[in-house]
Amino acid sequence: MASLNMLIFVCISYVALLFIVAFVADRLAAKGRSTWLRSPIIYTLSLSIYCTAWTFYGAVGYAARSGLEFITIYLGPTLVMIGWWWGLRKLVRIGRSQRITSIADLVSSRYGKSNLLAIFVTILAVIGVTPYIALQLQSITLSFSIFSEADPSGANYSETATVFWVAAGLAVFAVLFGTRNLDANERHHGVVTAIALEAVVKLFALLAVGVFVVWGLSGGVTETMARIDASEIGQWQMKSGRWTAITFLAAAAFICLPRMFQVMVVENDDERHLRTAAWAFPLYLLMMSLFVVPIAVVGLDLLPAGSNPDMFVLTVPLSQGRDGLAMLAFLGGFSSATSMVIVAAMALSTMVSNHIVMPIWLSYRGGGASVSGDVRSVVLLSRRVSIAVIMGLGYFYFRLSGGGAALASIGLIAFAGIAQILPALLGGIFWRGATKVGALAGLSVGFALWVYTLLLPGVGAGLVSDAVIQHGPFGIGWLRPQALFGITGLDPLVHSVMWSMALNASAFTLVSLFGFPSPIERLQGAQFVNVFDHSSGPRGWSGSVAQVEDLMIMSQRILGAAEANALFQRQAVLQGGRGHLPDPTPTFLQTLERELSGSVGAATAHAMVGQIVGGSSVSVQDLMAVADESAQLLEYSSQLEAKSTELARTARQLREANEKLTQISLQKDSFLSQVSHELRTPMTSIRAFSEILRDTSGLAEDEQSRYATIILDEAMRLTRLLDDLLDLSVLESGQVTLNLREGVLVDVLDHAVSTVVAGADVPLIVRRRRAGEKVALKSDLDRLAQVFINLIANAQKYCDAERPELTITAHHIGGQLVVDMIDNGSGIPADVQAMVFEKFARVNAEKAGGAGLGLAICREIMHRLGGDITYLTGQTGGAFRVTMPLTLPQSTELAAQ
Amino acid sequence: MSDDRSSPLVFLEHQSYRRNRLADAARLLPVIGAAVLSVPLLWPGADSATVLAGEAEAVRMSKAILYIFGTWAGLIALSVVFGMAARRWGQSDGPQRSGQG
Repeated sequence: MASLNMLIFVCISYVALLFIVAFVADRLAAKGRSTWLRSPIIYTLSLSIYCTAWTFYGAVGYAARSGLEFITIYLGPTLVMIGWWWGLRKLVRIGRSQRITSIADLVSSRYGKSNLLAIFVTILAVIGVTPYIALQLQSITLSFSIFSEADPSGANYSETATVFWVAAGLAVFAVLFGTRNLDANERHHGVVTAIALEAVVKLFALLAVGVFVVWGLSGGVTETMARIDASEIGQWQMKSGRWTAITFLAAAAFICLPRMFQVMVVENDDERHLRTAAWAFPLYLLMMSLFVVPIAVVGLDLLPAGSNPDMFVLTVPLSQGRDGLAMLAFLGGFSSATSMVIVAAMALSTMVSNHIVMPIWLSYRGGGASVSGDVRSVVLLSRRVSIAVIMGLGYFYFRLSGGGAALASIGLIAFAGIAQILPALLGGIFWRGATKVGALAGLSVGFALWVYTLLLPGVGAGLVSDAVIQHGPFGIGWLRPQALFGITGLDPLVHSVMWSMALNASAFTLVSLFGFPSPIERLQGAQFVNVFDHSSGPRGWSGSVAQVEDLMIMSQRILGAAEANALFQRQAVLQGGRGHLPDPTPTFLQTLERELSGSVGAATAHAMVGQIVGGSSVSVQDLMAVADESAQLLEYSSQLEAKSTELARTARQLREANEKLTQISLQKDSFLSQVSHELRTPMTSIRAFSEILRDTSGLAEDEQSRYATIILDEAMRLTRLLDDLLDLSVLESGQVTLNLREGVLVDVLDHAVSTVVAGADVPLIVRRRRAGEKVALKSDLDRLAQVFINLIANAQKYCDAERPELTITAHHIGGQLVVDMIDNGSGIPADVQAMVFEKFARVNAEKAGGAGLGLAICREIMHRLGGDITYLTGQTGGAFRVTMPLTLPQSTELAAQ
Repeated sequence: MSDDRSSPLVFLEHQSYRRNRLADAARLLPVIGAAVLSVPLLWPGADSATVLAGEAEAVRMSKAILYIFGTWAGLIALSVVFGMAARRWGQSDGPQRSGQG
């Protein structure tokens, strides 16, 4: 007989072997020489933590009690795996592209990084998984006790101490290999390799016991089949509700269990491994369940009635004296339990520390995660403590429940609890309309119903009284936990699964339909649902070695070549001066990021460095921060643009003003010289003739009179010139007083025409349409007449036609009175048209009679009267247009008063 | 096969067409699996009315084991075939295409 000490020795040696394997695998992975560690086979074997001690030992017991129903536990995951193209592929791709670290993280990321959801899922997972861990501890303890009973010298065996040491040992293993480093992607090569080895051991152990039972004890396949048919489970018996419900639960739990999510999604190195696992893992499950029924039947046959069927895997070989085989079977069960506990503790600790401990710690510190080194150590510490706490919870749960039958039923109850995550998860990756509030509603409803209909009646014996279960709370019959809404006669598990999943999914769907997601939820939703459009194809997580050359190129683009070279060289010297490129240490990357953020903004710099160093995709938050920064830059640049346009406009205005000033200065100069010239000509003749009159004696009477007349004429011309100048300056300075009267246009024109035509040498023919001129107006009629006189006189003076004619027409255009005066001469040459209204501008120097101020005065008068005078181009002769308002504008009237 | 993801073609080449139909079949696989694994629900069990009345005989456990493990193995074999096909695409035109249905 195998002694207990021998068993403990084997056990410790086995654990030591696992330690070595995990250690070597971690070292290999760190050196990057771990290609076989990343093979699809290792991935498939790591998935086998689905087969816990509950399935290793429990399946046989299950078969002994309920026939083939146990197989549904394996059929559910099989269906999920062979449908990988449909669901798991998407889940794994999302997990990789979003850097998901746990199922709580996945749900929270999908629904806009909601930490509330993450906490909810974490708590659900802890409640669901803790009893499950207790179940594993129980199975190890039970197997120990089997050996101690069989051990002739086994006196000093203590169940409590065994459980304690097993739990402590598992916690140490999980802490050592699960929290050695803080990998951004949460992958643990050591642990994964160790559980792959354990997967082989447990499969081999179960197959060995099966082969022994079929060929060693029963004598072959045919005989075994006959024996099965003859046994008490030899006839097909099936509760169809349970068959369907458990298959569904197993499928749901396979996806939602934190430890399965950990190995399937988080530890996945390469999406392509799925296509191998898709057939290899169902094959593994098939082999695990192949010999379950034969072992159960033979156990029922050989062992005395009342033996625990859960331990047939151990007790059948022991009863036949096969100690070695029993030892192997023990190691198989031990492997199943340990691998599950280690991974579950790791997955849960990640969730607890990321979603519960860290947020609390960060908000307690208040400063945010600004000091990264600090945070790393805190995260690691919180994970280690979380693992210890979770193992402690499992241990205390085991102690409190006292083991036994109450624990055996916990497996399916845990499955049903964990499956409540399924609607939020599936909705999240397939339906863009799923919202955070919907997910919360679904989870709450499902969780509450699960607790009320399954957990409390099933486990919490004493928490719910029998009266409540029989008659409902407060005697309300339709609220009975196991017969909701009066539907009785259902299996409690089927009842609970049906109601909780149906109401969970309905609440989730309805609340999502009527809610409206926040922008970040919608963004994340699009990223999750359309993950195949956004992410690149299957590529391993590897290649995360920082590429300093890439960083260098990027920095050169942003900082400029010289600055970037200087920065990199400075850093290389600081690091010890090996070569001219620095190593990508965290300090260097931080410095670089800070330098870059000065140029492109903190978020952009972080995203750029992360892109190159991490080789991972940029999160939506990063993108939004980048967008914010870009928007700020855009706004700034548009402000700059507006300012520069304004500056350009001001400069143009200044330039124009300057030109105008120059022109005015020139005008002033020319005006002065013109005025002096105009004054000097008459003054010269006045002086000359006055001197003649003074100095020449004996002038004839008529000569004296002629000279005096010349002097008088010139003096009058001077006076007229000075009058004109005075008039112009008064008009220009705006000090003119207008004498407003009401009158008719035709009278004004009559006066003007008669003034000019009277006494002319060459008669000017004036053509008028008097009918159109009968327009009443209110204006300074004298000034207006002055304008008309000037224009008509100009026509008389300058019209070069043989029979000079002037056509005067008056009409209304847009509320304005327009008077056109067009003669039949050759008109004003185009090059001087713009100048005719300037002072002293004379078109034809020979014919010059006046000082060239007439038109300038006309224009000033018309401006004062609220109108204008322009030269009309495109007419046959010289043409002027006088426009004026029918009534004076308000301002002019005021000025006139 | 061009790798033009931005403008999906309406008509694909023969090879791509076959590939898409194979992907359809792969999606169908879990449905088929669920269907064939639901067949045992129809079997007369030891406690069903027809068996108790003596009109029919309950299905023997050995037959049930053969049926369930047989269909299970069949599903695994189909999955192997699809996995091989998926691997062949992966080698023929790079990993980029596997994102497309």
